[in-house]
Amino acid sequence: MKIDRIIPAVIAASSILLFGCPPKETTGAGGAPAADEIAIGHLASMTGGQATFGQQTDQGIKLALEEINAKGGVKGRKVRVITEDTQSKQEEAANAASKLISRDNVTAILGEIASSNSLAAGPIAQLAKIPMISPGSTNPAVTEKGDYIFRICFIDPYQGEALANYVANTMKLKRAAILRDVRSDYSMGLSDYFKNTFEKLGGKIVVDSSYSQGDSDFKSQLTTIKGAKPEVIFVPGYYTEIGQIAVQARDLGITVPLVGGDGWESPKLIEIGGKSLEGSFYSNHYHVDDPSPAVRDFVVAYQKKYGTTPDAMAALGYDSMKFLAAAMERAPSLDGPALRDEIAKSAGFQGVTGTITLGPDRNPLNKKLVVLEIKDGKLVLRATVDPAADAAAVTAPVETATAVATETAATK
Amino acid sequence: MDSFLQNLINGIGIGSIYALIALGYTMVYGILKLINFAHSDVFMVGAFMGYYGARIFSKLMHGSEVVEPGWPLFTLVLLFSVACCGLLGYLNERIAYRPLRNAPRIASLITAIGLSFLLEYGGQMVFGPDPKFFPQLLEKHQLQFLGTSITSHTVIVLVVALIFMGILQYIVYGTKFGRAMRAVSHNFETAALMGIPTDRVISITFVIGSMLAAVGGVLYGLSYSKIEPLMGIMLGLKAFVAAVLGGIGNVPGAVIGGLVIGIVESFAGASPLSTYKDAIAFVILILILLFRPSGIFGKYQAEKV
Repeated sequence: MKIDRIIPAVIAASSILLFGCPPKETTGAGGAPAADEIAIGHLASMTGGQATFGQQTDQGIKLALEEINAKGGVKGRKVRVITEDTQSKQEEAANAASKLISRDNVTAILGEIASSNSLAAGPIAQLAKIPMISPGSTNPAVTEKGDYIFRICFIDPYQGEALANYVANTMKLKRAAILRDVRSDYSMGLSDYFKNTFEKLGGKIVVDSSYSQGDSDFKSQLTTIKGAKPEVIFVPGYYTEIGQIAVQARDLGITVPLVGGDGWESPKLIEIGGKSLEGSFYSNHYHVDDPSPAVRDFVVAYQKKYGTTPDAMAALGYDSMKFLAAAMERAPSLDGPALRDEIAKSAGFQGVTGTITLGPDRNPLNKKLVVLEIKDGKLVLRATVDPAADAAAVTAPVETATAVATETAATK
Repeated sequence: MDSFLQNLINGIGIGSIYALIALGYTMVYGILKLINFAHSDVFMVGAFMGYYGARIFSKLMHGSEVVEPGWPLFTLVLLFSVACCGLLGYLNERIAYRPLRNAPRIASLITAIGLSFLLEYGGQMVFGPDPKFFPQLLEKHQLQFLGTSITSHTVIVLVVALIFMGILQYIVYGTKFGRAMRAVSHNFETAALMGIPTDRVISITFVIGSMLAAVGGVLYGLSYSKIEPLMGIMLGLKAFVAAVLGGIGNVPGAVIGGLVIGIVESFAGASPLSTYKDAIAFVILILILLFRPSGIFGKYQAEKV
């Protein structure tokens, strides 16, 4: 009988030991921070449903960091990045931002990718007057949270418009269904922007359906969509769900292409969706086969360091680190307000994902966008939208998505 | 009409998985009056055992971890997962519940919640918190049926679920052991006085329930592919509602309850209320508790397992 008492006690004790002290998530240079190092925080979804966003961004940042430190760092000081896992959750993003600011005293924060997570972390950085640069959050509300919050990617009104243009004008499709993720600010916003432009261009939204992030069963929504007979399905979600949605759509006999935004970008997308994704397409920040020298140099360096091809999140991570380092170098001091003012003045920064000039709303002006199609398990460039290449398109809506990108890519 | 039938089929697909989990809840409740909250996490472990089992057996059979679909592999993976979860169910009962057999029931309930957390967060440590994607254990074929589209996987899920429910039905009502189970559920003390080894009966009940959960886990992986350590929470809650709907403690009730929840959810998801799909199960729970606390079959059922 005694064993009955001992075993639970042992289990209780060992579980306290095991789970009571979670391993530290910091993946900095190791050891205590040297006094002359500049600490930068990285909010990254290293685990969870958007894990590859954080992992890829982090690798991009670490590559940029290596190059910066090899050239002597910033203001003669080495830079160190502290990565804090947000577990793809809003509440964890807010906690992680607080930790980076109060525990690690970071000079600036890079992150997050998912807009909902950036929206949760932003106000904390704003309150502490620590500049925060999001590499990939495209929802417009992110930078509206305060004047310390910046981004280096395009925003969703622009992305939604470009996609609607591509579907309506280039592909000449007029009947679209929407399947949106109600738990993502990104997906909700992008769906609305797509819908507005698509309807203006004479298209019809035949059904507007929704799911929740983390769901696994999309069959009922897809059955309704199938009944409405759309020519294309707009699904601006994140890659984990997209892969499953594609598989279940094909299972139900839906053959029309799926269209999405940059949330599809992940090395895991095709692993999850497989053949079901053939012929579907999405908008992105860069194309890995872009022949421009900036992209080629980055891809080669990345492959050398990690042995894999970088996706857009890695490129944005790389750009965000370089972009921040350039601003830190120019700033008279690394105090929050001084650094903020200097970041806001950034103009003409040459990155992998294009030229970054920040506008008064702390969003980059005229960033390039590409439309990629999934073909034979690979990403093929279908169109490039580059407002910088066409001055007339700077303020006016993008009228037509330029077919095949060879000329526009050269203008970079 | 087409979409009506399609939604019905979709609902039966997920409903049969709810039913498999609900059976475990209902069996343990029937015999111990304990809601075993850790049950849904045994289901999660079952799915992960299927995931790792597929790799192990592929390696043994073809020398590579790349899974080649086929029936022998599927059967092996299913049995492997069933065996692992049977063992886990036994250990759960032996370590966590048996020492509390004579303690107030609330103590067992709290232990169940604790065990559930242990498996969920222990699972995050052991399996990693990232979603994993279940390999294709069987080739998928598309079948056209009265204007609806069904995959062979949906049919297999239904058939395998029915086979295991049939086995359970036979064990409970057709064997000597089943009679012992029913006796224990009827009156614990009297059964012990009649010479029924109650501890063993309870252990085996846990083992059977956990094995059914493992079958559910593998079938879930087969049809939805994404598995993660916290997946048991929502599915488990819905299966629990299914058990309550059917009348907790009642075996056929759990199956019917599971199917009803699956089908209702499927139609809710297809309606403009798709956002509230997950809430539907709980609305049903509230309604049952208000109007028919004993569930659909609860009142007329004298025998409980």
